Amino acid sequence: MALYSDKVMDHFRNPRNVGVIEEADGVGEAGNPVCGDIMKIYLKIDDDVISDVKFETFGCGSAIASSSMATELIKGKPVEEAAALTNKAVTEALDGLPIHKLHCSVLAEEAIKLALKDYYDKNGIPYDPEEFKGLVDCASCAENH
Amino acid sequence: MIYADNAATTRMSRTAIEAMLPYMSEYYGNPSSLYSFGQKAKEALEEAREKVAKCLNCNPWEITFPSGGSEADNQAILSAARSGEKKGKKHIISTAFEHHAVLHTLEKLEKEGFEVTLLDVHSTGIIDPEQVAEAIREDTCLVTIMYANNEIGTIQPIAEIGKICREKGVTFHTDAVQAAGHIKIDVQEQNIDMLSLSAHKFHGPKGIGVLYTRRGIVLHNLINGGAQERGKRAGTENIPAIVAMAAALTEACDHMEENAARMTALRDRLMEGLDKIPYGELNGSREHRLPGNVNYCFEGIEGESMLLLLDDKGICASSGSACTSGSLDPSHVLLAIGRPHEVAHGSLRLTIGEDSTEEDVDQIIQAVTDVVTYLRNMSPFWRDLVTGKRTHVFSE
Repeated sequence: MALYSDKVMDHFRNPRNVGVIEEADGVGEAGNPVCGDIMKIYLKIDDDVISDVKFETFGCGSAIASSSMATELIKGKPVEEAAALTNKAVTEALDGLPIHKLHCSVLAEEAIKLALKDYYDKNGIPYDPEEFKGLVDCASCAENH
Repeated sequence: MIYADNAATTRMSRTAIEAMLPYMSEYYGNPSSLYSFGQKAKEALEEAREKVAKCLNCNPWEITFPSGGSEADNQAILSAARSGEKKGKKHIISTAFEHHAVLHTLEKLEKEGFEVTLLDVHSTGIIDPEQVAEAIREDTCLVTIMYANNEIGTIQPIAEIGKICREKGVTFHTDAVQAAGHIKIDVQEQNIDMLSLSAHKFHGPKGIGVLYTRRGIVLHNLINGGAQERGKRAGTENIPAIVAMAAALTEACDHMEENAARMTALRDRLMEGLDKIPYGELNGSREHRLPGNVNYCFEGIEGESMLLLLDDKGICASSGSACTSGSLDPSHVLLAIGRPHEVAHGSLRLTIGEDSTEEDVDQIIQAVTDVVTYLRNMSPFWRDLVTGKRTHVFSE
């Protein structure tokens, strides 16, 4: 059996929504170079809908595929729906990830949440801070370095 | 396909395959059997032992055949430790960038109360024999230092280390898995007491290796059972593999100079090409490295994605990134030579072989250059380096 599913390899080889949005409405970055993966998500939001999304990723095959899939899952969706995206949904949409790669899908979820938080902060939109607790650092990695 | 992972394993040579075939079909007897059919296998076994001994410049009875490099390393180290323990000597010297077959065995011994000193390998990936001399104590029972590193290919001053150990009366073991068949080994000239090697790194079969133990050094068993290998390694001998290994090693030693010269020229061509990629750096000494080994770190990208994209271009390579090691940390070898984590994640090892051609090398250079550029263009880490938000480790 190959290391990755065909879906993962497809999103790795042909990543969707790679790039940068200049003057994005929200930007979120998760991970750090010491751990070997960083994901950065750029959001364009119009009328509470994710009208455009781009990503940049430094990381392994599953990190790039997870970012690509996560952007596809929230593109064109209402902000509220995007905020509810879970790493599990990303993993399932990719037909699974190897167990030691699950954190890649977690990073994708976190980067999106941080981009939304940035959007709320910039626009003075109130939110429950509990929702974004523990997202700022790659906590699991930080403990190991 | 361009196979550039010869440090992982090699293609079996025609000579090795042909040498082993009769011992699977015609002469399949057990060398321990008394009848002449079994003795035919025994003859092949002893002939192979002589061939291996000739390549290493030792006596045939100083050679045993374990299942490979890992078993040889385990047996050599545990054996020397047992002997040392009996004399109250429980200190071992090694380096920080040994193969895990050595490091994990040493960790096991540490748990049993042994003290282990791991010598610094510097940014060159080469230790200074003086470090060994300084580290040896009254209670040192073993020095185990690899001949050439498996990731970055740097070659250690084995003869000098051997001389120091001999003078101080300390057993010297070397893991020569990457060196055997590629660069000259002479256990007498180099004062080596114990040496491990593995057949599949020099075009022999997998699952077989050699442990050389100099006469006078006590070898303790790892595998108990029958009286094979003078009682030092139980289990029916893998005759086809042993015969093939001896054939492969002999062939490699007979053509060593010409192969090394050809591969060194290709290696240098490859390094010249990869040197042109900005913000990348060769890992380990440029001069004292194996003829086929090239290992670089490239800033701003991660190794596994590099390997997958190279695979799509038909190139087999390897990396020391955390994602390829299955752990959170990148390669201990790259960390040992002082590479920071974020740079070590972007490592690429290319190990060319006797079959490699100039065309292969040129294709690799182009492919790596393209892949590095492509991945950097989508990397936020790279963007931060370019815009000055983070600081470069390497120069352009």
